[in-house]
Amino acid sequence: MSTTIIDAEELTREFVVYDGGGLRRTRRVVRAVDGLTLRVEPGEAVGYIGANGSGKSTTIKMVSGILTPTSGSVRTCGLRPVPDRRVLARRIGVVFGQRSALWWDLPLEESFPILAAMHRMPRAVWLRRFDVLADELDLSSFLARPVRTLSLGQRMRGEVAAALLHSPALAVLDEPTIGLDMISKENLRRFLARERAERGTTLLLTTHDMGDVQRLCDRMVVIDGGRVAFDGTEADLVATTDAERILVVDLEEPLTDVVRLPDGASVTATEADGARLSIAFRPRQLSAAQVLAAVQAQGEVVELSLAEPAIEDLVRRIYASGASHTASPPPL
Amino acid sequence: MADARAQTRTPVDLAPVTWWFMVRTMVGARIRAQAGFRSSFAADLASQLLLAATEFVEIYVLLHNAPVFGGMNLAQATVVYGLACVAFGVADMLFGQLDSMHSFIREGRLETLLVRPTSLLLQLVTADVQLRRLGRAAFGLAAYLFALSICGVEWTPDKIALAALAPVGGILIFGALFLASGSLHFWVLDGQQAGNAFVYGGRYVSSVPAGALMTPVRVFFTFVVPATLVAFVPSAVLVDAPLPEFTTAGMAWLGIPVGLALWAVVLLVWRAGIRRYTGAGG
Repeated sequence: MSTTIIDAEELTREFVVYDGGGLRRTRRVVRAVDGLTLRVEPGEAVGYIGANGSGKSTTIKMVSGILTPTSGSVRTCGLRPVPDRRVLARRIGVVFGQRSALWWDLPLEESFPILAAMHRMPRAVWLRRFDVLADELDLSSFLARPVRTLSLGQRMRGEVAAALLHSPALAVLDEPTIGLDMISKENLRRFLARERAERGTTLLLTTHDMGDVQRLCDRMVVIDGGRVAFDGTEADLVATTDAERILVVDLEEPLTDVVRLPDGASVTATEADGARLSIAFRPRQLSAAQVLAAVQAQGEVVELSLAEPAIEDLVRRIYASGASHTASPPPL
Repeated sequence: MADARAQTRTPVDLAPVTWWFMVRTMVGARIRAQAGFRSSFAADLASQLLLAATEFVEIYVLLHNAPVFGGMNLAQATVVYGLACVAFGVADMLFGQLDSMHSFIREGRLETLLVRPTSLLLQLVTADVQLRRLGRAAFGLAAYLFALSICGVEWTPDKIALAALAPVGGILIFGALFLASGSLHFWVLDGQQAGNAFVYGGRYVSSVPAGALMTPVRVFFTFVVPATLVAFVPSAVLVDAPLPEFTTAGMAWLGIPVGLALWAVVLLVWRAGIRRYTGAGG
């Protein structure tokens, strides 16, 4: 039973936009998603990254059956999302970060029997699942409080529990950690990672937060202008963009001479009167070991650290280059 | 011991969930939420009652000064008002939530409903069942029954059946108007006012003796928006008041069939609306 969870082929969605008002208004067709091809297999965790207006939300709406594609095709859990929307709804769980799916003025715990009834889950089944969710997401302290009085972090935990109550095969999470503090973010990420490991739940995560992607996803899809600009792992992203890594070394004594480095490496900063050096190098040309060896030939290294390029920078590079990169063919 | 308990519990707990159970769960939560605010609920109910009573004063004042209005005296006009009030009150409680379609669309909340395995219409109408709207229905029912009792109706099996079925037809017709008004939002985002014109215009027309209306207006609110079929025509037949032109006694029975026909049409429009919302642009 390994139906491809998301199978999108040349998926395109256009919107008609009207500019101006009255008699002078003009009709303009905007392509939010433009020939997007994407396959997600069961159990994958995909970080779907893109700037505002890059087509992320539109893709999610087409995948979950809220929007019909203008052209191209998409299957979610083997179903046609829009015609089979209500059947599909039982196999996917969607969290819209900005919009609540909970009953605003009811205590949080009251949302779950209603959702369970909508999913036609027998009492014994949903109660068992709810107990697990309430425990892992640590909901117990605020279950009795009306949703409108919950903090953002508490509410989001409730939203995630609500979306996953029916144990969907695919969880689509649109900006799940937006506005959360570090601890709430980390707890939510830990929960989602466990959910995936234990149940094989496929995760599709749109986010601005690269921490989410790094902690949760083994695959990143960067979308730009409605097209896939990059599809691969974080390592692929580093290799593709060839962004500089930084090696910071502390020397026992400052070097008296100018440090000699192999081609492709350069000192970007000197601190502590020359006892601490920051050396930038390109991963395609040099390994960290080669750089370190060059420094050690000239002085005693007592401490070192290696800084990876910020993933935000890498994505920015993808955007800046404008070209499409597909590091590896999508796994089959 | 634990095994024995598990055995007695399991059949109930694993029973398949019926549609009816689902609806009861959805509505039950709303009703419990309102019961939680007892005093505000009581105040809401009272204000609805007062509002309905105030509207009735208008008819009272009119008929106090002109003893016959649209072919009806005060008691007969009260039958019309009461009947329209019951029908609208119940329909408003059941379907009035569709008034807020525009906010569901604008705030994107419709999307959260669309990713659930339950019909959108059912989710919307159960999203906020307002028991306080029963205030109007209760006032209407009291006015309807009291006015019928003082009109000196000669009760026959036919008239008893008509008196009982007329509110049902009215609820169906107003329900369809609410749904039509809600459907409008799929096409016109700020269609609230246009929708209200039909729903609340229909309510107003239905609650007065339509014999007093100008013929074109009356024809519109009989054959296009069937508001006069809700209360005026059945009431006129019940109390033997004269019927205006283009209206026959047989039309008193049209409430339910017309209501059902309207539902059939409006449901098609509603479906088309959802298809438009999820549709491929345009």
